[in-house]
Amino acid sequence: MHVPGEVKERAEKARDKKALYGTDVDLKSYESKAEAHQEVAKPEDLPADVKKAALDVGVSLDKESSGAYVQMDQSPVIAESTYEGVEVMDIATALEKYDWLQDYWWKLVAPDADKYTADVAQSPPAGYFLRAKAGAKTVFPIKSCLYLGSTNLNQRVHNVIIAEEGSELHVITGCTTPAHVQRGLHIGVSEFFIKKNAKVSFTMIHSWGQEVEVRPRTGIVMEEGSSLSNNYILLRPVKTIQTFPTCSLNGKGAVASFNTVIYSTMGNIDVGSNVFLNAPDTSAESISRVVSVGGDVIARGRMTGKVPGARAHLECVGLLLSDNGRIYSIPELDGQSRDLDMSHEAAVGRISEEELDYLMARGLTSDEATSVIVRGFLDVEIKGLPEELKQEIKNITQREDLKGA
Amino acid sequence: MEVVRLLDIRNLYVSIGDKQVLKDVNLRVGSGETHALFGPNGTGKTTLLNAIMGLPRYEVDSGSILFKGQDITRMSMDQRARLGIGMAFQRPPAIRGLKLKDLIKIINPGADGGRILKQMDFENFANRDVNRGFSGGEVKRSEMVQLLAQQPDFTMLDEPDSGVDLENIKLIGEAIDILTQKDTRPSARIKSGIIITHFGHILDYMKTDRAHVMLGGSVVCSGDPKEILEQIKANGYEGCVACMCPAK
Repeated sequence: MHVPGEVKERAEKARDKKALYGTDVDLKSYESKAEAHQEVAKPEDLPADVKKAALDVGVSLDKESSGAYVQMDQSPVIAESTYEGVEVMDIATALEKYDWLQDYWWKLVAPDADKYTADVAQSPPAGYFLRAKAGAKTVFPIKSCLYLGSTNLNQRVHNVIIAEEGSELHVITGCTTPAHVQRGLHIGVSEFFIKKNAKVSFTMIHSWGQEVEVRPRTGIVMEEGSSLSNNYILLRPVKTIQTFPTCSLNGKGAVASFNTVIYSTMGNIDVGSNVFLNAPDTSAESISRVVSVGGDVIARGRMTGKVPGARAHLECVGLLLSDNGRIYSIPELDGQSRDLDMSHEAAVGRISEEELDYLMARGLTSDEATSVIVRGFLDVEIKGLPEELKQEIKNITQREDLKGA
Repeated sequence: MEVVRLLDIRNLYVSIGDKQVLKDVNLRVGSGETHALFGPNGTGKTTLLNAIMGLPRYEVDSGSILFKGQDITRMSMDQRARLGIGMAFQRPPAIRGLKLKDLIKIINPGADGGRILKQMDFENFANRDVNRGFSGGEVKRSEMVQLLAQQPDFTMLDEPDSGVDLENIKLIGEAIDILTQKDTRPSARIKSGIIITHFGHILDYMKTDRAHVMLGGSVVCSGDPKEILEQIKANGYEGCVACMCPAK
């Protein structure tokens, strides 16, 4: 019904297709059927452990917002807008309601990209539909929480975000598992349409269990004069994550900024962004900060400049605090035109002794000084966000329980 | 009975790597006193301050450093700082993501950051990363702000006047006077300090009680700051070599 035959067909052919990057996940080792959860009328009515988990990833559902979406396993339990110009729906309902949504469905992420997208394409749709209507400007973010609450579940999500002409949309999404769920798989397909002069910020905070595998698949398209601030924060242990969102700046003057903050203790984390500057006067920036005390982190960044006048900058900086960790930084610049301005900066190293000494001379112990430096390092200055959201993100990266090595 | 000095350095030998830089340094600074340290480049002044602070690269070969009657020769830097030693760095590093106002709170949760920043005309830097992109003069003021928060009993200043315009020299001189309690009567002062200066400009804006000259890794002369500075100005450090009056 919602899924045209062609999508399913393509997906079927790709059901065993391995992804280009990341470790291979055995999909069969996960349950595809989830117990259904009851809808609730308002965020306050959510089960206590869901509220707690949401808060843990920075999603304070009771604070001011422009809307909320919460999904437990495969069930949307709340989807509400509290701001006139913004629609928040679960995607299955949205597909029923709007025929035109087919023009956006599987248009930026291919159903046969790999076995993960294929798996999502072959499952009943679950996820959020967010739409900022033309000219609607939100200040408070839409808050969303994707909660994987059943052990061994393969949670599949497919989201569509549309920011219409001249709109402003802020979204904060926390993806998380409660402490009792150790093993699980989360596959999330997200398609972003950022139209002329629209402004979007999208912040995603991940907090998973030690045996959880995560495969987000994201496509973003940006029209003339639009802007995007995309922020990804991962501070808790995870088994494997692999994601490489693709963003196409197709309209003149579009501006995209990607910020990634990772504190790695274990597992295999392979993240980055893949940006195409396809129109004049576009610019993109990708900044990744990785602190590792263990685990393998691959920090990718790829910028492709296709027209004169495009500007791109990549920054991959890693602090490696242990022999048990690895940070593999891969900045890539692909210039395909004259008059481009593309640059990158990559560094992997230890904490500067000079900085440590300096703080210790002010009376901080070695541990305190290390923690201050690590937290400062992770405190990426994110541009273009409302002050409230900036503060929320800061609170997450500056938490006391992330004291460093 | 021997009087306990705030700082009492005895027969101190210090090496950096294979090179012995300080040779038999003897220096005493009493409570409430501010001393100036003169000497040509490469003579060990900065090394002496860094050794007192306990920076890791500075290896004490022999001798001892006593502070408040305690032997701190082998103590870690942060312990020394908490015991009351503070130092303004000559070329401090920038710390990414650490705001100056937050560092003030970390150094001393009870410090009145707003007042201190205002005192140093540095309010616009409260939300800047510590020392990041600061000019030479701004770095010096950042150092003074941090010391005013720390309130050490013994303040060490390494050329706080180098690369600083006159207006800022005055500001820094005032801060040093606050740190060394020059607003109280001499007998009531407890806090002390030592300052390295090449040209002595800053001495016009602060009060010093005593001065020392270092040559070849040792303190070779001690006395009245003005008198010593006049001697150096008139005869250069060659004059000191010729004189070589023993340190007292």
